Amino acid sequence: MSSPFVGQVIDLLAALMLLIAFAMLAQRRLLRLIHLFALQGAVLTLNTMVVAVTLVQSHLWFSVALNLVLKVIVLPMILIRVVNRLGLRRDAESVGNLPFIMLVAVVLVILSFNVALPISRLAGTITRGTLGIAMASMLIAFLMMITRRKAVAQVVGFLAMENALFFAATSATYGMPMVVELGIALDVLVGTFIFGIFFFQIRETFDSLDTRSLERLGGRE
Amino acid sequence: MTELLLILCLPLAGAAVLGLRGERTWAAEANAAFSLVTFLAAVALAARVVGQGPLVLLSELFFVDALNVFLVTLTAFVGFTTSLFSRVYMRVEQQLGRLTGMRLRLYHGMYQMFMFTMLVALLTNNVGILWVAMEAATLATVLLVSLYRTPASIEAAWKYFILCGVGIAQALFGTILLYLAAERVLGAGGSALLWTHLHEVKDQLEPTVLGIAFVFLLVGYGTKVGLVPLHNWLPDAHAEGPTPISAVLSGLLLNVALYAVVRNKVLVDAALGSPLPGYLMMGFGLLSVLVAAFFLFRQKDVKRLFAYSSIEHMGIAAFAFGMGGPVAAFGGLLHMTAHSLTKSAIFFAVGHAAQKTGTQNMDEIRGLVHVSPAVGWGLMVGGIAILGIPPFGVFASEFVILTTAMRDHPWAAPILLIGLGVAFASVFSRLQAMVFGDTTAKRLPHPPALLPVFVHLALVLMLGLYMPPYLAAWYRQAAAMLG
Repeated sequence: MSSPFVGQVIDLLAALMLLIAFAMLAQRRLLRLIHLFALQGAVLTLNTMVVAVTLVQSHLWFSVALNLVLKVIVLPMILIRVVNRLGLRRDAESVGNLPFIMLVAVVLVILSFNVALPISRLAGTITRGTLGIAMASMLIAFLMMITRRKAVAQVVGFLAMENALFFAATSATYGMPMVVELGIALDVLVGTFIFGIFFFQIRETFDSLDTRSLERLGGRE
Repeated sequence: MTELLLILCLPLAGAAVLGLRGERTWAAEANAAFSLVTFLAAVALAARVVGQGPLVLLSELFFVDALNVFLVTLTAFVGFTTSLFSRVYMRVEQQLGRLTGMRLRLYHGMYQMFMFTMLVALLTNNVGILWVAMEAATLATVLLVSLYRTPASIEAAWKYFILCGVGIAQALFGTILLYLAAERVLGAGGSALLWTHLHEVKDQLEPTVLGIAFVFLLVGYGTKVGLVPLHNWLPDAHAEGPTPISAVLSGLLLNVALYAVVRNKVLVDAALGSPLPGYLMMGFGLLSVLVAAFFLFRQKDVKRLFAYSSIEHMGIAAFAFGMGGPVAAFGGLLHMTAHSLTKSAIFFAVGHAAQKTGTQNMDEIRGLVHVSPAVGWGLMVGGIAILGIPPFGVFASEFVILTTAMRDHPWAAPILLIGLGVAFASVFSRLQAMVFGDTTAKRLPHPPALLPVFVHLALVLMLGLYMPPYLAAWYRQAAAMLG
C-alpha cells in the first residue's frame, strides 16, 4: 500500500475516533451510548489493523484480535445485559448545559494538540500525528465521567478512556509489549465484571443508579 | 529463584483455595499459614539479595534489589501479622452477624489476591506490569471495601473504584510515553519497558517526553498514594471497609504506590538532569502534610482520623524522596517502614476498640484502658509513636527528614513543623479521651489478638532506639539505589 494513502486512512479513522468521543459526550440515552462505545472499539480495531497490514507487524495482529473480542463484542455485551437486567433500556438523563460542555471539550482538544505536538515530533511512527487526538479523546472521556450522574454512563466513560489509551499506545509506539497489553486487557475485563456487580449492589441499597444518592460521605470529608 | 516462585505462587494458591473454601472454620488459620510461609520465603529472598547483590530472574521478568526486597519483606510481614489479627476480628464480626459465609469466602480469597498483586508490583522488572499489578490491587480490594454492603460502604467503594481507576489511567498514559522515549534508545519490543534496561540508558532518554510522562505518572500513582488533592477516596475506603483491610491499605498499598513513583523518578531524574521532578514531589508532599493535618482536626470517626494521618505521613515520605540524596532517601525509607508498622498496629487496636464499643465514633469511645488495658495501652502507645514522639522509629525518620530539609531546603522546614504540630494537637487530645475517661465498652466473645500490635510497636521502638548494623547497611544500599 502506498504510504500517503495509508496516512490518510489513519487520519480518517482518528478523526472518527474524536467524532465518536464528542457524540458520546452528548448522547443522553444509555443504550445508544453503549452502541457508540462499541463503534469506538471497532474504529480502534480497524486502525490497529491498518497499521498491522502496512507494517507487517505480527504482534499487532494479536492486539487487533484482543480489541475486537474485548471492546467490540464482550464489553458492550456485558453492558447491554446489565442494562437489560436493571431495566434501564429506555433510560435517559439530562446532561446539563450541553453547549457549554461542548465548548470545554473543544478547549480540551486544542490543549491536547499543544501538549502532544513536541512528543509526536519525536515518535517515529506513521501514526504519530494522531497522538493529539488520542489525548483529546482521553480528556473528553474524563469530562464525560465528570458530567454524568448515572453510574452506568460513568463506567462507559471510564471504558472510553481505556480505548483512548489503547489508541495512544498504537499511535505513539505501535502498541505496548504483548504481556503488558494482555495484562491491561485482563484488568479491564475483571474491572467491568466488578462494575457489573456494583450496579446491582448500588441498586439494591439505594433503589437508584443515580450517583447523586451516593453523596452522604461527601459532606463529611 | 525458589524463594521468588514461593513468594508469588503461595498467595495465588491461597487465593484459589480460600476463594473456593474461604467460609470454613479453618479458613482464617489457612489464611495466616499462607501468609506466614510467604513471609518466610521473603526473608530468605532478602537474605540472599543482601548477600549476593541484585538478582534478575525468569528471563528478566523479575528484578530484585535491596530497595524492593526490603519492601517485599515489609509487605509480607505486615500481611502475616494482619492475617493473625483478622483471624480473631473477622470471627467476632461473623458472630455479630455482620458477615455471611459467602462474604467471608470473598474476603479471604481477595486478601490473598491483594497480597499477590502487591508482591508482583514490587518484584516485576517491567514498568508496564507494575501498572497492571497496581490496577489489579485496586480491583482486589474494591469489593472488600463494600464487604458490609451498608450504603456508606458501597459509596466508599464506588468512589475508590472510580477515582483510583481514573487516576491510574493517567499513570498508564505516562507509561506509554516512557515506552515511546525508551523505544528510541532500546528499540521496539519487550525489553524497552524493562527497568534494568531502562536504568542503563536512563541519561539518554528524551527529556521532553519524560518530563511530560512524569507528570502523568506522579498524578496517576499519586492518586493511590493518597497525595492531596487526589486523596478523596482514601478516608472513605479506610473508614468503611473491615479493619484488617484498612490496616493493609494504609500500611502496604500506599507504600507500594509510592514505590512505583520513586522507581520512575529515578529514570526521569537522570533523563532531565533538573530538579523539577523532585520539586513536584516535594510540593505534593508538603501540601498533603498541611491539608491532612488540618482535616485531622475535624474528624469524628476514629478510622477516618487515622486515614488522614496516613495521608500526612505519605506526604512526609513523598517530600523526603522529592528532596533526593542518600540521607533523605534513607529517611524516606525508614519513614515508610515505621509508618507502615505503627499504623497497622493502630488499626488493629482501633478494630478491637470499635468492636468493644460498637461504634467508630470517637465521642462514644471512652475509657478503653478500664475494660481492656492491653487494647487501651496499645492504642495509646501506637498513637504516641505515630505522632513522632521519641523514642519511636517515626521520630527518628522525621528527625532525619527535618534536619535534611533544614540544610537543603530551609523554606520547607517550618511548613513541615506546622503540619506536625497541628496533627499532634488534634490527635493527642482525642486519644486521651478514648483511652482514659469513663468506660462504655463491653466484653467480647473472643480475647482480642494483641500480639501483632505489640510486636509492631516493639519493632518501631527498636527502629527508634537502636538500628542493627545489617539493617542500617541494607537501608543505605536501598537509599543509594535512589541516589
